[in-house]
Amino acid sequence: MSKPEKLLEIKDLCVEFGNKKKKYVAVNHVNFDIYKGETLGLVGESGSGKTTIGRAIIRINETSHGDILFKGRKINGKIDKALDQEVIRKIQMIFQDPMASLNERAKVDYIVSEGLYNTRNYRTEEERKQKVEQALLNVGLLPEFASRFPHEFSGGQRQRIGIARTLVMEPELIIADEPISALDVSIRAQVLNLMNDLKKRLGLTYLFIAHDLSVVRFITDRVAVISKGRIVELAETETLYNNPLHPYTKGLLSVIPIPNPRLEKHRKVDFYNPGNHQCDSKTSKWVEAEPGHFVLE
Amino acid sequence: MEAPVSILSVKDLVIRFNLRGKTLTAIREASMELYKGESLAIVGESGSGKSVFTKAFMGLLDKNGWIDSGSILYKGKDLARYKTEKDWLKIRGKEIAMVFQDPMTSLNPLKTVGKQVQEAIELHQGLKGEAAKHAVVSILTDVGISEPEKRYNQYPFEFSGGMRQRVVIAIAIACRPEVLICDEPTTALDVTIQAQILQLLKSLQEKYNLTIIYITHDLGVVAHVADRVAVMYAGDIVEIGTSEDIFFDPQHPYTWALLSSLPQLGEKGEPLYTIYGTPPNLFKEIKGDAFAPRNPKALKIDFVHRPPYFDVSETHKAKTWLLDPRAPKVERPKSIEAIRAKWEVV
Repeated sequence: MSKPEKLLEIKDLCVEFGNKKKKYVAVNHVNFDIYKGETLGLVGESGSGKTTIGRAIIRINETSHGDILFKGRKINGKIDKALDQEVIRKIQMIFQDPMASLNERAKVDYIVSEGLYNTRNYRTEEERKQKVEQALLNVGLLPEFASRFPHEFSGGQRQRIGIARTLVMEPELIIADEPISALDVSIRAQVLNLMNDLKKRLGLTYLFIAHDLSVVRFITDRVAVISKGRIVELAETETLYNNPLHPYTKGLLSVIPIPNPRLEKHRKVDFYNPGNHQCDSKTSKWVEAEPGHFVLE
Repeated sequence: MEAPVSILSVKDLVIRFNLRGKTLTAIREASMELYKGESLAIVGESGSGKSVFTKAFMGLLDKNGWIDSGSILYKGKDLARYKTEKDWLKIRGKEIAMVFQDPMTSLNPLKTVGKQVQEAIELHQGLKGEAAKHAVVSILTDVGISEPEKRYNQYPFEFSGGMRQRVVIAIAIACRPEVLICDEPTTALDVTIQAQILQLLKSLQEKYNLTIIYITHDLGVVAHVADRVAVMYAGDIVEIGTSEDIFFDPQHPYTWALLSSLPQLGEKGEPLYTIYGTPPNLFKEIKGDAFAPRNPKALKIDFVHRPPYFDVSETHKAKTWLLDPRAPKVERPKSIEAIRAKWEVV
């Protein structure tokens, strides 16, 4: 097998908030790569910095240290306008709550084309309409929905609109920030299927940000576990689930609710206690425990 | 084992709402028994009426909603006939208390946490001053808040989401209720915090002899806490049984669909099962089985007559014509059999 192409490389990335007096390090020396065509899961509790990484990649949050390389070119910090436009087009984001992320006063047609308008990525009105139509068809919505308002749609359909608006930009990397946590159980499956299907058809790459390990197992190829701004473990999905090495990952795996009453009733949950485990940021090292399985020790 | 004692008995409850001049039927002749000391989970999609159903037990329906018919018997009294706030104050908190979904919005941001718990204690236990404060501190300890004396004087914004949910639980417990209704108690929380809150509720249930109703759409949570499970669809309880009945021997096609669509059961590379269509419009009258239009294997009769309850076992019943002796044999989906094969052996 040929070596897979690295689409995105994150090297020693730090993101800090606040001023010099009151500094808060949200992302602390993080390293990982995303290969073309894979789904990488980024899992952690709230406040662990997972969303901040996603936002740093699409240049919403400024980075204070380290590099983000997209197809070998640096895209954080100061970059020229042409590259900025390219990043906007090629890296797109899907948000958590479809009830909050769509403009209630705009028609679907405008919501989906907003990116096209902003990057002037169409020659004629005819072409724009065609692109919108194609994007809607891609996510399983009818083209005539373009003339409707968001409130006419259910949660699952609204999330599809959110996905359509990223597809219209013809992206290569999609950052999905908890795309299904706000959805109902029955709709979650639909959106996950759609994402998997699009990945196959359009050759997309995903960074899938989530806190729920049970969903991540189904959709991802590799998983990175993040805690307090540091990635503590990174491995292929099945390896991570079958053989977690870091105590934090073990704790996180032990709290996943399994829909099996026999098991659940007697299960002991194992909470991660940082006091039990020496995790000093100075002494800990990023080690490759087995090929492709990294852990912070 | 002694026979379970019914504490709350709902019969043929119908709840309607007036919305923009039209009438919506949110609960359609739902019946349910709640036994003392058990944990019952009500599961269903959003909009299936699970919150409305339990809010009716406390007289918390919105102003445009009313109980049309049916009864809610609690300790020999019919709560469905209660009209005035004065009547309800005897029930609310003291007898039946509620923990709401979002701890970020269910606390008063302008009052200290201690004062909010103390309010409930003064009102329901009749304690005053120092004695009340002592009670607050002990109840905060009960719900696992460290340094309760210091925390007493802090405001909700100084608490994390999980800690706030602990405070909300403390307020509910402070009234010494018989029945505790937890409306999606962990949906707004992280998985790790979720596990902690569920453990807390379990231990409190033992300590205070609580009967708990969980409302949730997460079947993982259900398996963790529930003794019995009620599956709600379009305002009716379509199947009810012990959690083993529901997980290992489900009878209603809707329960099959709900279980099949769990991402935990998905095989990589294969699409997950999805439920076709959307829930029915509750403004219109529903004919037959409400789930029939979404059920690929629906029988003809499903579109004509509404199925009654059929008993599967002493603890388990379901509203589906498939259980009628005259019904043709319909195979359960493979995924359901797979759950059984995979998990029943454990």
